Amino acid sequence: MKLTLPAYVGRIAFSALAALIGAIFALPLIWFIFAPFNARAELGLAIPDPWTLSNFATVFGNSYAVQALWNSFIQATGGVILVGAAATLAAYALSRSSVPGKGAVTYTLLLFSSVVSGSAAMVPIFLIVSAMGIMDTHIAVILTFAGGLLPTAMFILRDFIDSIPKSYEESAMVAGASPVQAFFDVALPVIRPGIVVVVVWAFVNIWGSFLIPFILLRSSDNMPASVAIYSFYSEAGTPIVTLLAAYALIYSLPVVALYLFVSWKFGFRFFGGIKA
Amino acid sequence: MTTEPITSKPRRKVRNFSLLSNRAGAAFMLPAGLLVSVFVIVPFFWVIFVSFTNRTLIGRTALNPEFVGLGNYLALFDPATFFQRGQFGFSLILTTQFVLASALIGQALLGLLLAWLIQTVPPWVKRITETFVIAAWILPEVVIGFAWFAFLDRDQGTLNALLTGFGLPPGDFLLEQPFWVIVVFNTWRGAAFSMMLFNSAFSSIPPSYFQAADVAGASSWQKFRDIGLPLIRGHIVTDLILITMWTFNTFTPFLLTNGGPSYRTELVSIYNYRVAFQDFQFGKGAAVGVIMMLINLAFALVYLSLGRKKAPKS
Repeated sequence: MKLTLPAYVGRIAFSALAALIGAIFALPLIWFIFAPFNARAELGLAIPDPWTLSNFATVFGNSYAVQALWNSFIQATGGVILVGAAATLAAYALSRSSVPGKGAVTYTLLLFSSVVSGSAAMVPIFLIVSAMGIMDTHIAVILTFAGGLLPTAMFILRDFIDSIPKSYEESAMVAGASPVQAFFDVALPVIRPGIVVVVVWAFVNIWGSFLIPFILLRSSDNMPASVAIYSFYSEAGTPIVTLLAAYALIYSLPVVALYLFVSWKFGFRFFGGIKA
Repeated sequence: MTTEPITSKPRRKVRNFSLLSNRAGAAFMLPAGLLVSVFVIVPFFWVIFVSFTNRTLIGRTALNPEFVGLGNYLALFDPATFFQRGQFGFSLILTTQFVLASALIGQALLGLLLAWLIQTVPPWVKRITETFVIAAWILPEVVIGFAWFAFLDRDQGTLNALLTGFGLPPGDFLLEQPFWVIVVFNTWRGAAFSMMLFNSAFSSIPPSYFQAADVAGASSWQKFRDIGLPLIRGHIVTDLILITMWTFNTFTPFLLTNGGPSYRTELVSIYNYRVAFQDFQFGKGAAVGVIMMLINLAFALVYLSLGRKKAPKS
């Protein structure tokens, strides 16, 4: 279709507006492209001269900083394993069994998961963790996140399993497989893409979170990177900008990598719909 | 295809053929059920219980809290101090304004505008714009908080450098306009979700509708008002409820302002944190938590009733 002149001008105006909004969104982030590579980085925007990796060397030479990244990894991985395994089993049961009250369970979970947010429930979560005697441990953070993320993870996976024909497992069982075999050997491989999405989503959520570890952890040995990053402040309370910038970049990399992975594999809209 | 119903139907009658027996189904649900019970359902009831006590984090009442009835609630809603800075009422009103300005107006309108714009712009413009809008949304909150701290720095920050470059007066925005800083911050942080939701809603409209409007010579605004908007109404309602709930519960502004200066950005989530973990008043903090959950419950019930009516999920 041939464009008339006003329509053409309109298109250019639309593109210009979209690009302008994109640029405004980019502004607060541009600093992160330069500062990590600048040995004299300050809060101002400056092109590094020369470009250097010395900030990264300093971060990796700081055992506390490396330990914190490792702690983030332990907590996120632990949480993800629990969420992935428990959500898959439960979602499969919700989809395939006829346990009475299934619908009510689903509805109740959906309700509770949106009502009990981390910032509303910080007091009781603290008290429960304290009562269980696991305060200031990785396991406290892992279990809290597993419980909090599970309802959403189950819904995503149940929808996914509902869309898979039952005849897959039925044929396996007709051929003599037990229900458990049908689950592990037939259903599980088909569900795998759904599990990958849930696992990535849960990982990004735990990796990036601040409030729960901030409340549940005390000792510096257990702090994940999201909390440990605040140790890069001098005693006067001013940030050590060079270290912070490099550390923030390293800390963001897994999230960006996973996001790119999911958008490459599944198309980014899917990921967009499921971040809580 | 043809044999399947024949083989599976008699079996279902004979042995109640379900893929998982009730017992196996219950066993499969057990781990998730336990975790969710302990960390989601128990907290819901426990917080109600604690809110009627004078439990503290340290001291005598940490171990032996006493029942104080509605004492914590009466303290929160004490009309003498309710509206004062750093009190519950001030925080609640601040949060309401924050949700209105940053979620319902900022994120939803900006998301709608962006979703409509990227329907028509060339693919490379779309990709670049989407990249930055989504980057703002996926990066860890701590990193975003620090990026904005640097961005807004009075002496060196990028924003003041830009303002000076355009001949405008610079400002110490975190001190002078903290509320509007967190409003813009949250709009920036969360617009991606609305954009993506509306984008997928717009793409689900049959292109022939728009082509017919093109033939009739409709402008972009007319197409938006008369075709796009009415057809995605369900998505808009879904979006508004979700972003309202998330913005109401967000703790991220704490990473930028710490709730200050002098309580001017102390949202209820931050107020809850301060009362419970800095003032050590767990009973009072629990009462704040109960009120937050009641507000969440109201929104969740509206959301679920919508979902039951016609499943607006994309």
